[in-house]
Amino acid sequence: MTKLIIILLSAVFINNYILSRFLGICPFLGVSKKLDSATGMSLAVIFVMLIATAVTWPIQMFLLNPNGLGYLQTIIFILVIAALVQLVEIVLKRYIPALHKSLGVYLPLITTNCAILGVTILNIDEGYTFVEAMVNSLGSGLGFMLAMIMFSGVRSKLEGADIPKSFKGLPITLVAASVTSLSFMGFGGIIENLFA
Amino acid sequence: MTKLQNFTKGIIKENPVLVLVLGTCPTLATSTNVMSALGMGAATTIVLLCSNVVISALRKTIPDKVRIPCFIVLIAGFVTMVQMLVKAFSPALDEALGIYLPLIVVNCIILGRAEMFAQKNSIVDSAIDGLGMGAGFTLTLVMMGTIREVFGNGTWLGFPIPVLSDNNISILTMAPGGFFVFGLLIAVVNKFSQNKPKKREFGCEGCPSADICHGKNCGEVEADD
Repeated sequence: MTKLIIILLSAVFINNYILSRFLGICPFLGVSKKLDSATGMSLAVIFVMLIATAVTWPIQMFLLNPNGLGYLQTIIFILVIAALVQLVEIVLKRYIPALHKSLGVYLPLITTNCAILGVTILNIDEGYTFVEAMVNSLGSGLGFMLAMIMFSGVRSKLEGADIPKSFKGLPITLVAASVTSLSFMGFGGIIENLFA
Repeated sequence: MTKLQNFTKGIIKENPVLVLVLGTCPTLATSTNVMSALGMGAATTIVLLCSNVVISALRKTIPDKVRIPCFIVLIAGFVTMVQMLVKAFSPALDEALGIYLPLIVVNCIILGRAEMFAQKNSIVDSAIDGLGMGAGFTLTLVMMGTIREVFGNGTWLGFPIPVLSDNNISILTMAPGGFFVFGLLIAVVNKFSQNKPKKREFGCEGCPSADICHGKNCGEVEADD
């Protein structure tokens, strides 16, 4: 149980997907302008991360590894994720229209998001069991959400700031991301010592 | 457009990282030192060249409706090949690039070039375009890697630099330094291209999902003056 909590907390704070692993930077810079779209996007990411892990982990362990096909990991995973996102979208549209309305627009965008493929491959590389892999995916998604929501607040303050012309737009956003990332480095070492 | 212009546009005018702002994840993650920046650049260039050539060759065969899945499968195939080659011949590089090597599959530059260029142009032009874009990507990565390694670690390609190696700013090799140096580089590019109209904040035409979202969710067009 302690191990699961450590995995969850370190995925959220220490190995934060956006701010320390640099995965999913595109939605981070593109969609974090408004709070509601940042929330919608991160909920969709959490959702797809969990489903993708639930499907790819068994595929790797029970299909690829026993048959010595480990090298097909990249191809199979990206295909499974792309097909899965389509399938989830169709199912949501048919059975849970309310959820589709709030997540639907973001789902196609995250097929080619490196955070999703990244979490599925990392779960295999770290040698997690199925439960640990699911917890890690949840933590990674929550960390993504935390960074997105925090940063949408930072960006709304930046809108009115008086900054040099060449820094307007993307550059100042990246500098702000750098400061946000710096603040997350403060969490380093905390989690291990909590349970020591 | 001549062949030479086609090649050089990837390096300066349409630099994939600094002007089109595609492929930010590998740029930030693998530019901690010059060696891994070079390795990442080379691997991406190989995949880009191969995928551009094959997609251009098959551009009349692939049905328009299923082109994105087809492109992804082709790209994933080439990435797997590069991954196996790197594992076999340079385990140290494999270690340094880690998860970012398989993640070349979802690098927007590759799918973006397939969408924007390879599916509309001849094989030779697409090959040149792939090489030019790959060179632009590699050069930008090496530039960032140089800044981060020289000031952050006091070395260049592993060779120590006299004064800097005693007075390094090690934060530059860590995550915050990546965002910071990237922001500065884009600001420099903006400074020099200020007389040209540049309204786009985020590369939307290279995004494979552009026709679904019409810039509503990502890269909202923003007039910045």
